[in-house]
Amino acid sequence: MSETTSPTSTAPTPVADSTKPLASEPKGRTGAARILTSRDAITVYALLAFLLYAAIAIPRFASPVTTGFLLLDVIPVLLIAMPMTLIIITGEIDLSVASTAGLTSALMGVLWASGMDIWLVLTTSLLAGVAAGMFNGLLIAVLGLPSLAVTIGTLALFRGLALVIIGDNAVANFPKPLTAFFTSKLGATGIPTVMIGVVLVMVFFGVLLHFTPFGRGLFAMGYSKEAASFVGIKVARSKFWLYVGSGAVSALAGIYWTLRYTSARSDNASGLELAVIAAVLLGGVSIFGGKGSIPGVIAGVLLIGTLNYALRLARVSDVVLITVTGLLLIFSVVAPSIGSAVKEWQHTRRVRRSFSQKAS
Amino acid sequence: MMLNRKNTGTTGRLASLIAITAAAALALTACNGGTGSTGGNSPAAGGDLKITFIPKQLNNPYTDVVLGGGKKGAQEAGFASSQIVGPLEASASSQVSFVNAETQAGTNVIVIAANDPDAVCTALGEARAAGAKIVAFDSDANPDCRDVFISQVVAKEVALIQTKLISEQIGGSGEIAILSATANATNQNEWIKFMEEELASNPAYKDIKLVAKVYGDDNDTKSFQEAQGLMQAHPNLKGIISPTTVGIAATGRYLSTSAYKGKVALTGLGLPNEMRPFVKDGTVKEFALWDPAQLGYVAAFAGKALQDGKITGAEGDTFTAGELGERKVEKGGLVIVGPPTVFNAENVDKYNF
Repeated sequence: MSETTSPTSTAPTPVADSTKPLASEPKGRTGAARILTSRDAITVYALLAFLLYAAIAIPRFASPVTTGFLLLDVIPVLLIAMPMTLIIITGEIDLSVASTAGLTSALMGVLWASGMDIWLVLTTSLLAGVAAGMFNGLLIAVLGLPSLAVTIGTLALFRGLALVIIGDNAVANFPKPLTAFFTSKLGATGIPTVMIGVVLVMVFFGVLLHFTPFGRGLFAMGYSKEAASFVGIKVARSKFWLYVGSGAVSALAGIYWTLRYTSARSDNASGLELAVIAAVLLGGVSIFGGKGSIPGVIAGVLLIGTLNYALRLARVSDVVLITVTGLLLIFSVVAPSIGSAVKEWQHTRRVRRSFSQKAS
Repeated sequence: MMLNRKNTGTTGRLASLIAITAAAALALTACNGGTGSTGGNSPAAGGDLKITFIPKQLNNPYTDVVLGGGKKGAQEAGFASSQIVGPLEASASSQVSFVNAETQAGTNVIVIAANDPDAVCTALGEARAAGAKIVAFDSDANPDCRDVFISQVVAKEVALIQTKLISEQIGGSGEIAILSATANATNQNEWIKFMEEELASNPAYKDIKLVAKVYGDDNDTKSFQEAQGLMQAHPNLKGIISPTTVGIAATGRYLSTSAYKGKVALTGLGLPNEMRPFVKDGTVKEFALWDPAQLGYVAAFAGKALQDGKITGAEGDTFTAGELGERKVEKGGLVIVGPPTVFNAENVDKYNF
């Protein structure tokens, strides 16, 4: 696996030897090994393991029908999880995403009912999402307010606006071809057609985070905002655009929600923000910022989605379902800590031993 | 030694991998025990019919009574298995994934109380395409996506009995308010519409003024708070109508512990078991409801008749609903269960639901 330059195999290596040059010190894992044992990879393994288990243990799970229904269910979470990953990596949070989606949905309903052209309706709704994101961005990036406080406020504010816009009505008569398209599948694969767009969004955010200076800046901001600004990263500007992106993607999720369920309502997508954050954390993103990856998050979203769908297919009660999801999250957070505690203990033991050998 | 070092590097990760998969697998195996797998993809033969009830939400006392009747009906109608699945929250889209899962599980009859008439439509369409029969009950889905709708009583009757009760209790004049379930609940909104029309058109109610409509989302806490808010916002309020069992119980609880007890009338649709203390302590004079168990019972038999091809949901079709006797399909695929009952201090002890 890894290349280590062991001086002798019998004598224990001193923990740090200042007499040797640094280059000859054993290095950590590199290349493929590093990727294959990373925290994100573990989420992927868990997903694969669970898929395998479900395919064997749950009758009728392994079929294209599952693919379709499952993906249709997770698309909103998958979409919003992308900007959310970037935001959490910078050490911030956005709790207003579900309300933005609801606001978009309400606006769509009212505009469509007023007889506006459908494409104009979609564009306006998307712009409303962007505006909502800008509002968050202004308060957080420009005025420098804490994102948790701001987005808790806008969570309520945007949901309230949605209620003001559409009230207790539901608008349902969207154009049939459009709503049919949103639940259509690609041939016999069972993959929803909409997934093409979702994949584009995922690729966009994946490339942005992992292959651009902007993305590297986000990681730096997650470690330390002061340090990041000292090395020339435009902290405020980056944050502002992240929230705009988050608003835009939330609007897309709201549009998808409205057309998939063919019903524009003020309470659409309520509670989704927590589902998204849970999936992002399960995908290996650190809530303190500075750590995480898009592939890991995608695996996290799919893991929760698959678990939900599989348990539903097995007719397990939803009460059990949320309990399982909660346990899973706790496990994923606690397990690495246990691991590192064990590591710590072994390390101190080694240090002690090397000292006692030196003494003898 | 080096080997040892490498191991410790992965310890944390390995532990979390094991934990995650173990948790998932454990949870699943633990839960899978009680469900009993139903094999076979082929459409069920005569004696192997499966029925699934999807209520608006689980853990709702009213729904539990309806589903109890449904289970009983399913057994008597000859279904091989009956299941109850549903969301924990009564939101529009929450039922869709359950309908999807049932479609995939090859269920023959899906009985659903729609949280939103249109949101479940596409999913129900897919279920029908796969050969399932759809029975809506309690709260209708869009008529295009179900075969029949089992309704407690004629919607107008439910509305009129509530306006009549409130009018009697406030002496025919004054401000009233409505505390409903969710803002989009199909059945509640229909009743409210009829109530508003009746209040506007019937000269006997000309002095009654409907000042507010609030929504407790069939959530006990929220309903309680809404009731509290109503009294603060409208100090002259003389009566509240709550056409939902969760709402009326929460409002009753608030009124019985407040200064408004006995001064502000409360009526609507409630469960005798939940409302008994409020009837006894004078908070509530009279309220109404039908026997919810019959609703589920008739729905199960309607599902069986549809699956057997005895009825199609066309007007004039008839089927036998077990011990309740014959029921007729009205215009628009509507099946009426029976008239509502009015409960008061005299008769509330005779009922147990």
